[in-house]
Order: sequence, then structure tokens, then C-alpha cells
Amino acid sequence: MRHMLILGGGTGGTIMANKLASALDERDWRITVVDETEEHYYQPGFLFVPFGTYRMHELVKPRRQYFPGRIKFVLSAIDHIEPENKTVILAGGDALRYDVLIIATGADIHPEQTEGLLDEEWGKSKFDFYTPKGAERLAQFFKTWQGGKLVLSVTEMPIKCPVAPLEFLFLADAYFTKRGMRDKVDLRLVTPLSGAFTKPMSSRVLGEFLDRKGISVTPDFDLGRVDSKEKKLVAWDETEVSYDALVSIPTNMGNACIARSSMGNELNFVPTNKETLQAEGLEDVFVIGDATNLPSSKAGSVAHFESEILFQNILEHIEGRPPVAHFDGHANCFIESGFGKGLLIDFNYETEPLPGEFPLPAVGPFSLLQESPINHYGKMMFRWVYWNLLLRGLELPIEAEMSMAGKRVQ
Amino acid sequence: METLSVAGKPIELDSDGHLAHRADWTENVARELAVQEGISDLTPQHWAVINFMRSVFEKEGDAPSIRRLTKESGVDTKTLYQLFPKGPAKRAAKIAGLPKPKGCI
Ligand SMILES: Cc1cc2nc3c(=O)[nH]c(=O)nc-3n(C[C@H](O)[C@H](O)[C@H](O)COP(=O)(O)OP(=O)(O)OC[C@H]3O[C@@H](n4cnc5c(N)ncnc54)[C@H](O)[C@@H]3O)c2cc1C
Repeated sequence: MRHMLILGGGTGGTIMANKLASALDERDWRITVVDETEEHYYQPGFLFVPFGTYRMHELVKPRRQYFPGRIKFVLSAIDHIEPENKTVILAGGDALRYDVLIIATGADIHPEQTEGLLDEEWGKSKFDFYTPKGAERLAQFFKTWQGGKLVLSVTEMPIKCPVAPLEFLFLADAYFTKRGMRDKVDLRLVTPLSGAFTKPMSSRVLGEFLDRKGISVTPDFDLGRVDSKEKKLVAWDETEVSYDALVSIPTNMGNACIARSSMGNELNFVPTNKETLQAEGLEDVFVIGDATNLPSSKAGSVAHFESEILFQNILEHIEGRPPVAHFDGHANCFIESGFGKGLLIDFNYETEPLPGEFPLPAVGPFSLLQESPINHYGKMMFRWVYWNLLLRGLELPIEAEMSMAGKRVQ
Repeated sequence: METLSVAGKPIELDSDGHLAHRADWTENVARELAVQEGISDLTPQHWAVINFMRSVFEKEGDAPSIRRLTKESGVDTKTLYQLFPKGPAKRAAKIAGLPKPKGCI
């Protein structure tokens, strides 16, 4: 009996468990998933919690419910991986041997990495919305906030869902407008990037959006420390931005179990072959989702596209053949822009987000890099798609490989 | 096509203002690129960072992040920003003759 071991039962781990459960013969393969919690959160929903659109209990389901019957679920923290022994050591000391390992341990925020960010003001005048608790505290805070300077600060790249900071500001603009106090709120994005986003075309379009909505941008700001008393951000070059309320996207890092295994880079992300999705130098270790160091977005849609490549390559690998499927870095992200509208971007390693139309049988077309109500419905529909299709490893009507259909090349 | 003139010889630059051909890099080219970035004198500490950047690129095909620089080059973040004001990762990569760091999306 061979053993397929999946570390992490979030988006990527659950998709792979479902795909492999129906493909691997039960007489030959055992499949185990390890995760330290019972709750599976729909993370894209966190964005809406501060504005009261969703409550946290609407975004969580029991993790086990999404694993097919033959999967063994182990509820435990992972201590470390010993690739040379093909073994994973759990927090209690138990050892699990594997034939094939899938690392799907994701990424989390680390406010303690920035001087002065995590102190007694955390949760009072400084917030995050990347954790359930953080998003709920922010919802509570906004209810009675009288207005002032609201600064969204991105500490360093890469971050999960790199459009989330922009969406947060668009939604904040709509929220405070509806509450009749937009004139009392000063919205600002402070980012280490040179503009609103990474790639030229989308950076320009999204920059214009921020401008039109009266949201200011401080680009090229490398955050060195936060001064909670004076309520200001201080960059490494000593430039400063002051705030009344700070919404921080702290440093995102891979899980500490990766560092304990000496398998990560400086942010605990696992060096991964960007095409085959194998861990560099380790044939029987595959990596999916936010845990990788790939130059693609850290997003659920990316984990989904990766899963199709990973699935093919694992099937090749266990037959003793080299992996043939190649990931192209495909990402597909709805961007909520407020007032019931949204944008959509579709891109990969080589092609930046372009304007045009995104054809989708039965539902589409969605408009690319352009605001429309249908994109907003796409975003809201994604929650249903996530629980009912995506996690179950079912086909979505979007190909893993990016298509140029409908895109306008300038 | 933009060029940089070093000792009367034109050297080709890419659209980001970085060297178009990595093979064109010499210490003199580095000094000229540094001047363009407003750094008139390259100290031994500058060179330590530049050489570290080059060795990482040689091995891995991309320039290291600031976090990696401070962790492995032995120069702390504060000092890095003093050596290469306004974005050490980007500036040191340019002076080291490397393409603009890919960064992430
Ligand atoms: C605010 C926000 C908005 C987002 N919006 C979008 C969006 O609109 N669209 C989109 O596509 N994506 C979005 N994302 C990103 C998306 O949620 C993630 O990219 C996706 O969930 C990554 O899946 P994963 O499997 O890599 O990691 P995860 O789903 O995070 O799973 C990792 C799992 O590993 C477990 N684990 C880690 N370490 C250990 C350990 N040592 N021991 C035991 N278990 C461990 C964790 O408990 C967790 O369950 C958003 C994310 C956030 C935070």
C-alpha cells in the first residue's frame, strides 16, 4: 500500500484530496490529509465582513465535510518534514511516512515582523482583515467610527490576493458614502509598489479608479516601523504617513513548519518548479497554492488552476514517468469596486491583465479590466462556486491554461 | 535604444534603464550606473551588497529581496537604505547589472 500525504486541508489540499480520491485505486493507495483546525474559512469573504455584508459564521464550514469517505483526516499541527526520510513529524511526535507528499500549508499574516505594528493598539487603532478575528474587530470599529484618516498599508509583497487592498478601499468608499460621512473620511493606499498594482496596464486602470473615487496613493513606501503613539507609518528612508485608523496587510509568510524543515526561502515559501509544481530538488514532493514561491498571484483561483496541472503530474509521477503538464501562472480575479459593480482580470506569468471581454458559456461575457454589474455578481457567485464546485475538484468552465480569446492587445 | 557611455564606449540599456546585456557589466560600468542613481562613491559595503546580488542572480536567475539581502549579506535594513536610498533592492540590482527584479503579482 502506498501513501499519499497532503499537508494542509484548505483550498489547495481539499481540491487535491477530492481529485486524487476518485483517481487512485483504493487497493494501492491510502490518502491522508493533516490540518490543525476543524474549520475551513472562505477567505475571500473576509473582505466583506468589515462592511457588514457578511458575518463570519456565514463564511465557515467543517473541513471534514469536504473530504470524500476514503480520506483519512488527521487533526494535528505539523511539526516538520524530513524529505530525506520521506517522513512528516506531527506536533505530538507521531511520524507519517509517505510515498508522495503534497504541501498545501498556505500563508498567513505576520504583524510581529514589523517594528511597532503588533502592540496594545493592535485591534484598537490598527487592524487587519486577513484573519477572522481581525475582520470582525474592524466591523465593530467601523460601526461607531466618526471618521478621519483611514490608511491602508501594504507592508511588503507578495501578499495573498494582491487586489484585496484595492477592493477594501473601493468598498470603504461605498460604505462611508452610504453612511453619509464620506466627506469625513480620508482614504489612502500606502504601498511598496510604484503604483496601484504590479503590472503596467492594470496599474494604470486601477490607479484611475482610485483617483476617481478620491482615494490617495503613496507609492514606493517601504514600511520600516509603526509609531502607535504618534499614529504614523515610518518608511526605512524616514518618510512618514500619519493615520487615525490603520488597516494593515502585514508581511505574509508561509507556515513555520516549512522553516523548521529548512525547506523555505526567507519568507518560508517553498522553492517550487514554476512549471511542474514539484519542490525544487525533490521529485516526490509537490507544492500547491500560497505555500509556493511562484511568481504568480496567491489566490484560490490560482490554486484551482494549479490543481489540474498537479493532478496530471502526480499521476505521471506514480507511474514512474516524468511530469509533463506545465503551469502557465494563470490567475483570474474578480475585483469588487463598490456600489454593486466589479472588474475582472485574467493573466498569467507572461501576459499582463488586458482589457476586453472574458467569454464564459451560459453566464458571460464578463468585462475585463472594466467596471460592470455582472463582474460583481461573478464575485458574489464565487462563494457558491468555491464550496460546491472548486473544493470538490470539479471542472469549472474556465481552462487551467489562460486563453487570449476576447482580450484586446494594445 | 538608450545607452550608457562608459569610457567613451556606448553600452545598451533595456526599457527599465538596466543593462540590456549582463555580459557588459564591469566594475567601471557599475560606478557609472551608480552615478546615475545619485551614488557618487561605491564603498566596500556597497560592493559587498552588489557582489551578493550578482552571486544570487547567477545561481537563481532573479535578484534577492531586501529581506533576503539583510538576512544573508550581513548588512542590516537601515544601512541598506542608507547605502542605496529609495529602494535598495531595485537600485542595487541596477548597479549590479541585473534586470529589474521580477517581484511578485
Ligand atoms: C482577505 C482575503 C481575500 C481573498 N480574496 C480572494 C479572491 O477574491 N479570490 C481568490 O481566488 N482568492 C482570494 N484569496 C486568497 C485565497 O483564499 C487563498 O489563496 C487560498 O485559500 C490558498 O489556498 P491554500 O490551500 O494555499 O491555503 P489555505 O486555504 O490557507 O490552507 C492552508 C491550510 O494549511 C493548514 N496548516 C498550515 N500550517 C499547518 C501546520 N503546521 N499544521 C497543520 N495544519 C497547517 C491551515 O490550517 C490551513 O487550513 C483571499 C484571501 C484573503 C485573506
